Amino acid sequence: MEPVLTQFVRHPHSYALDFYLKNEGYDGLRKALAMKPEQVIDLVKAAGLKGRGGAGFPTGMKWQFVVKDTPKAKYIVCNADESEPGTFKDHLLMERNPHLLFEGCLIACHAIGAKVAYIYIRGEFFHVQEIMERQLEEAYAKGYVGKNVLGLGFDCDIHIHRGAGAYEAGEETALLESLEGKRAQPRLKPPFPASAGLYGSPTAVNNVETLCNVPAIVRNGAEWYAALGPEKNGGPKLYCISGHVQKPGVYEASMKISLRELIFDVAGGVRDGRALKAVIPGGSSVPVLLPHQLDIEASFDGVAKAGSLLGSAGIIVLDDTTCMVWLAENLLRFYRHESCGKCTPCREGTQWLLNILEKIERGDGEMKDLALLENVAGLIAGKTLCAFGDAAATPALTTLKNFRAEYEAHIREGRCTVPAPWRRRHAAPVSAH
Amino acid sequence: MTFHPKIDYRELHRSKRQMPFDDGKPFHYTPENRERIEAIARRYPENQTGRRSAILPALYLVQRQLGYVSLSAIQHVAGVIGCTSADVEDVVSFYTMFYTRPVGKFVVQVCRTLPCALRGAERVTEELMTALGIEPNGTDASGTFTLMEVECLGACDRAPLVMVNDSWHECLEPEGAKKLVDDLRARGEAALTGCHHEAPDRESKN
Repeated sequence: MEPVLTQFVRHPHSYALDFYLKNEGYDGLRKALAMKPEQVIDLVKAAGLKGRGGAGFPTGMKWQFVVKDTPKAKYIVCNADESEPGTFKDHLLMERNPHLLFEGCLIACHAIGAKVAYIYIRGEFFHVQEIMERQLEEAYAKGYVGKNVLGLGFDCDIHIHRGAGAYEAGEETALLESLEGKRAQPRLKPPFPASAGLYGSPTAVNNVETLCNVPAIVRNGAEWYAALGPEKNGGPKLYCISGHVQKPGVYEASMKISLRELIFDVAGGVRDGRALKAVIPGGSSVPVLLPHQLDIEASFDGVAKAGSLLGSAGIIVLDDTTCMVWLAENLLRFYRHESCGKCTPCREGTQWLLNILEKIERGDGEMKDLALLENVAGLIAGKTLCAFGDAAATPALTTLKNFRAEYEAHIREGRCTVPAPWRRRHAAPVSAH
Repeated sequence: MTFHPKIDYRELHRSKRQMPFDDGKPFHYTPENRERIEAIARRYPENQTGRRSAILPALYLVQRQLGYVSLSAIQHVAGVIGCTSADVEDVVSFYTMFYTRPVGKFVVQVCRTLPCALRGAERVTEELMTALGIEPNGTDASGTFTLMEVECLGACDRAPLVMVNDSWHECLEPEGAKKLVDDLRARGEAALTGCHHEAPDRESKN
């Protein structure tokens, strides 16, 4: 498949407005503004665009749900808080192609009848934000954003809002809270953002990659878009491949590609000629897949059928030097740190999971700890306001399910049985909450 | 009191580590920053709910001016936004990118989450600790370096990643830690690789 989203990212001036204009830039917007908002929504629905942020919810439907008959302002909020471990695709799009995102935001605003779009970018992407702010200024100056866009009577502002380091802000209602100047903690749903989102107004929250798909759909049509991928998984997809591979990076492909092709052909296979142990296919929050499970379509449906999730397409490759108890401990340290503290099962449970995993990893584990681990994880999953709880329970449950023997070996031998040269040489710090 | 024999909750409780730091100096925005925050506030709806959205940008301005967020700064921001200082403190204590204590000139943050750890981030931290003579969350005596371990920075393909202040340094091998420290001392942030915007041909680095 010819790249659609990353076609120009290697060009040194791909981020500039004049470069973008020379390559069909803002043509999609011009075309969209000549259409009725409902027609734009129908087009995106027909294309079958699924949200690229992790949940894979159909974008057209999300826009359609936005309450229309209201005196309140409506908002598009772009979720650029890319923080799922193993995911780094939106960074590339924003840095190398910011106008594509602006164009996507403008079309989305037209579709739902919003006059303002906020791009919530994670605080650590400050260098990206600087590039975007310069380009946004230029887009304002040249009449692509602001009052009377393209001279077609459409008013729309775009603002960039910097987050401040909170994984939970990637959850859509927590993001809205954060944008309102509060702690990034999720809201009880319903009401959904489509009826009461930002400042209590109807809001659609879309991922960066999702919005970046929209201009091409408007330009080339729904059929073209749907045909790029397998059934119900249309369009191009960005895959982030990291971990023990030869060539980590962001790669664009059709979702017809298999996970095995992505890892071994596209990313060059496991580094240093080592054997593959497992793959996390959709960011740290999803179950692992084993080497024999990789001959599947790397699509939302294909990965789900294999018992995991495509999520944000953050493919983390693990070679045979990776200790799975250490892996679970590493990720639980992440989830313990990032738990927003709103729901008790998650706030307390992540600490307990980490305590148990640390105990096993340093060699003090007992066999009964495995049942406890399962029990505590089960008490978090599904019992919290947002999906963070399920995500936090997953690393413990999936490693225990697939690598139970490794856990038992740690306990039996009283030490880590899979040490690796790339890990710390001195004793691990004792966790403090 | 403690509920579990092995965990001393008194030491773990949030109040132990997140009380706003009172440096005894009254904080006021410079006139430029005061103007800047009003310009930023205009991006949001013109009412009290909308104005509150400017808290995060307001705190970034504090941090740029003072280096960290002090008790007096929290009170000042509350006055500027028109909310209570508890509202502001609530936000400051939640987000990791606001420093509630003075930090060094270079805040060196090593990403420790899985994809970076798989490529040696734990060793990078150890080498930086040796090179700087400080533990994570510590600042050296001269106030030049603060070392931190942070969670996923979102550049897993360029692991191990280190962020120094607002800039990135990609693919830092453990063996390169000492050199990075020396280079930072000598050349400041110019020693950093930046992110691949400056280095488009990044495949060759892996």
